Amino acid sequence: MSETVVIAETKQGMLHSVTAELVSAANALGSAPTVIIPGTSDSAAAAVAELAGVGRVIACVGDCFSTYDAASWAKAVDTCAPAGIVVCAASQNGKDLASRLAARRSISVVQDVVAIDGSTLTQPIFSGKAMQNIVLSGDAVISIRANTFAAVGEGDGAEVTVMNQSADIATAVREMIAKANERLDVAEADIIISGGRGMQDPVNFVDLERIADALGAAVGASRAAVDTWEEIPHSMQVGQTGKTVNPSLYIAVGISGAIQHLAGMRTSKYIVAINKDAEAPIFKHADYGIVSTWEEALPILESELKALLG
Amino acid sequence: MMPNIAVLVKRVPDTNAQILVSGDRVDLSNVKWVMSPYDEYALEAAMMHKEAQGGVVTAITLGAPECDKVLKDAKAIGVDRIIRVWDDSWSELDSNQTQMALTSAVKEISAEVVYCGKSAADTGAGSTGPGVAERLDWASASNIIGLEFEDSGIEVIVPAASGNARTGISLPAVVSCDKGFCKPRKPNVKGIMMAKRAQVEVLAAEIPASGINIVSHTPPPQKAPGQTFDGATNVPAVVAALRNDANVI
Repeated sequence: MSETVVIAETKQGMLHSVTAELVSAANALGSAPTVIIPGTSDSAAAAVAELAGVGRVIACVGDCFSTYDAASWAKAVDTCAPAGIVVCAASQNGKDLASRLAARRSISVVQDVVAIDGSTLTQPIFSGKAMQNIVLSGDAVISIRANTFAAVGEGDGAEVTVMNQSADIATAVREMIAKANERLDVAEADIIISGGRGMQDPVNFVDLERIADALGAAVGASRAAVDTWEEIPHSMQVGQTGKTVNPSLYIAVGISGAIQHLAGMRTSKYIVAINKDAEAPIFKHADYGIVSTWEEALPILESELKALLG
Repeated sequence: MMPNIAVLVKRVPDTNAQILVSGDRVDLSNVKWVMSPYDEYALEAAMMHKEAQGGVVTAITLGAPECDKVLKDAKAIGVDRIIRVWDDSWSELDSNQTQMALTSAVKEISAEVVYCGKSAADTGAGSTGPGVAERLDWASASNIIGLEFEDSGIEVIVPAASGNARTGISLPAVVSCDKGFCKPRKPNVKGIMMAKRAQVEVLAAEIPASGINIVSHTPPPQKAPGQTFDGATNVPAVVAALRNDANVI
């Protein structure tokens, strides 16, 4: 049995909840992992130590962790992490770091793993139009897609070691620019409501935003909407050439369901489709389909949700 | 300094293609092949870099002879050299092998900056840019959504947790490109004619053994068929089902 190592996912210095899912994946590979926390805070280290199924915790402290810099993070984390199968989150930075770590160690990187069955790992290919099942022939770095492994619960408390380990940063952040759109990112959201070209005009996305606010959801869009309307930024695009999402609930409004859109959202736990065209392909993939115009359906949806959620 | 600029491009099935599984592998015999969509932004970035600072742009791909087409497409856009890395004994390369092969080509042309797409449309992995950078011991920036050229390097904009980070990078560096900061140019007739006559340089490379065995490809899990309701009057029933049956709101 290989040793396993988890690289904890942090967001602005705080522990990201997906870390408990990474520990679960490492356990599925057969061992209680060493969890490395890059640029840790005391609270993050304590939170990891509390997780069930953790072997030990290494809190990696260094100046390079103040902003994300791939090269220095990889160097510092590599020094702290023992050999074995390394598990990262399949987030933007997690995948980037996974690639660097694997290259540093001259081993394979396997991204976006969604299932582990014995020694077989499954990852989507062609944005989920097919699955690839692989077996590792040695150490590797793998990234785990959020929302696919059950989070571990609370344990007895693991030992925490602090390591001072920094490296020269190769990139310098000069300025943080506030996002024009302060809404929740589709890649982060547990509920997404997306609009397509069926919304007729980008101003009508306001109706989706109101429902998103009621649900605590992110607002997404189809490629057709992003390509047609300048007001809809590419950061909202869900699909094979946008973001691949895996929320608990995905509500598609005025989206016909092109193959490349389906590829980006088909693994959502529940899919609701609202479209006036009963023949739209999206209905074949929806758990709940409503054949209706958005003008008729959205006001009812909004008032029902507000009555329910307050 | 006139930079040596490399751009990595990959031949992939069109993103509108249906992907079928036949036996234990995907059957790609009937799909339309294209340059991976994000590579078009990388190619545009490389051309912009040359226009700003001069230099030579080399497009590099990894693959069998049928991959010459994406190199010719890059040539039609205006790159100077086109290189394909390949050995007929290679098949189903893993990330370690792919990155080693591409890294040796980048070294061969003494590039100072490498542009690539943020991920390829087939694997969706996004491992190549940062992986090649690590092997070269270079800086890297991934998923860039802004790009400016400076005397001593480049300035990029990358998405971060708390906003977008305007970030300075000294060369050499690998830059993986998202959509949105440029509009890829189309080839003109002269470019297409030049591309027809262009010679693809073929390079060999030493690569390690694969670290993975691909056991099988399988179709994605199919969901149980859902329910479809006719008319907006059914919205309350769907909301109730999401609350009571699905437990997602």
